[in-house]
Amino acid sequence: MSIKRKPNLSATIALLPTWFVAVVVFIGTMAWSIRLSFTNSTLFPSSTYVGLAQYSKLLSSAKWLASLQNVLIFGVLYVAGCLLLGFLLAAALDRKIRFESAFRTIFLYPYAMSFVVTGLIWQWMLNPTLGIQASVRSLGWESFVLDWVVNRDMAIYALVLAGVWQGAGLVMVIALAGMRGIEAEQWKAARIDGIPVWRIYVSIILPQLGPALAAAGMLLAMGVIKTYDIVVAMTNGGPGNATEVPAKFIMDNLFGRQNLGLATAGATVLVLGVIIAVAPFRYAMHMRDKAKGAA
Amino acid sequence: MARPHPNGPKPAQITAGRIGLYAFLFIAALFFLLPLYTMVVTSLKSMDEIRLGQIFALPATFDFSAWVTAWSGACMGTVCVGIRSGFWNSVAITLPSVALSVFIGAVNGYALSLWRPRGANLLFGLLMAGGLIPYQIFLYPMVRAMANIDLYNSLAGIILVHVIFGLPLVTLLFRNYFVSVPEELCKAARVDGAGFWRIFFEIMLPIAVPMVVVVSMLQFTGIWNDFLLGLVFAGRDNLPMTVQLNNIVNTTMGERTYNVNMAATILTAIVPLAIYFLSGRWFVRGIAAGAVKG
Repeated sequence: MSIKRKPNLSATIALLPTWFVAVVVFIGTMAWSIRLSFTNSTLFPSSTYVGLAQYSKLLSSAKWLASLQNVLIFGVLYVAGCLLLGFLLAAALDRKIRFESAFRTIFLYPYAMSFVVTGLIWQWMLNPTLGIQASVRSLGWESFVLDWVVNRDMAIYALVLAGVWQGAGLVMVIALAGMRGIEAEQWKAARIDGIPVWRIYVSIILPQLGPALAAAGMLLAMGVIKTYDIVVAMTNGGPGNATEVPAKFIMDNLFGRQNLGLATAGATVLVLGVIIAVAPFRYAMHMRDKAKGAA
Repeated sequence: MARPHPNGPKPAQITAGRIGLYAFLFIAALFFLLPLYTMVVTSLKSMDEIRLGQIFALPATFDFSAWVTAWSGACMGTVCVGIRSGFWNSVAITLPSVALSVFIGAVNGYALSLWRPRGANLLFGLLMAGGLIPYQIFLYPMVRAMANIDLYNSLAGIILVHVIFGLPLVTLLFRNYFVSVPEELCKAARVDGAGFWRIFFEIMLPIAVPMVVVVSMLQFTGIWNDFLLGLVFAGRDNLPMTVQLNNIVNTTMGERTYNVNMAATILTAIVPLAIYFLSGRWFVRGIAAGAVKG
């Protein structure tokens, strides 16, 4: 490179704090946590190694297994729901609609709100004694039931509903930006061939939005693993273990139950999960960049 | 329907499809607006009226007392000072965190993309990995380390934590931005004798103002809306609004005052909402740019 020694030194010095964060904070604390997961630490760290005992305890914990199952159900439905609703909204807005910017504002504003606020709003709406259920019943439909937050079988879907309400606007914005980038020629060509509008969106527009939607899905999926606030605000893991999630399980054991070893084992499993989920994606990107470079 | 032609007449404006389209948009808008509407009307009702279970009904009389209580009298556990203190805590946490993380991120992006010192790619890779990994694995050792340097449960501590966890995203956005700046600009300034910092402050930072705005908005809403880090690192005296809100609502003593809860909820959401409504275009641009480039 053409970079000379002296300025290079400034650049290196400028990056030192970031090096510190990357190496000491990110790698260092992670290594520390992983080490703790092999000890019998409870309230305070211990240096007594117990091998994989914490991991086998984790695997036999009904709460942990329920939390994994819950986050899987929530994650799949939340990401799919946001992508589907977001894409539909973008496609609708793309049809030369009046008041487009008003609609866009309405669909996106929940994204500016925190998960705590989102959780509390929906907890209120879905509260069976005072919320939508009571309101509809008082209109005369006495058997109407919408008790998701207190119903074991439905509580996880209440979280999905709130999550999609909060996140669909993000997908809409990204998809709409992508749609506006597609040339008018393609539209004209497809219309001359007499292809119905919905087919154009499904077969022509959707494939071109692939990378943008994948990025949006990735962004949402990364949030899924961290899911914590919305659960605390909306159901606090209940009823029973119906909405328990790994991030909350770890926090409870870390600070509430003083069960360091188990908590760090759980966190390690989560990190492994992220690596397993992200690695193929990164590898595909790497290969694509390589292919591009060769071409 | 007649087959449209690029040069043909405009298709008819009102068709079944158009009506369906507007119906879909209208129902969707209702779905997105209903929670906000419900919150606002609930916050303006008295508890007697709320107990009737008519959450969509407009309040019989507009009663702002719940807002006053939420702001300055609502209880968190045994302390009844309202969400006011949390508001100022959130301001005190968010402003310095945003300023610092945006500055450091801009320097990082600039150094990583235009100077590329040794190990730049490795550092960037490590940062990105750090951004992907769930916070839970960092938390306990960070609490211990912060306690050792006397920053645990302090304002400076929570600010530091926000800067640290903001670095991956902020650096990524600035790096992507500076990569598109022509290298010749940097080279020409160097020929003129400007060094690393002078080029940064006099050329690159002014060029990057649009990105600074976008990143600041994203960081502001992100940090304002944070719950987990504030809960763990801020300490009792500095708890941000989100944590206090959850404490107010999920307090177990006495009857739940839903009107106060909803007013407190709106108060917590109002700052990010105001930012979004006042500068929605930047917000949209930032989200689209940040996501598509990720």
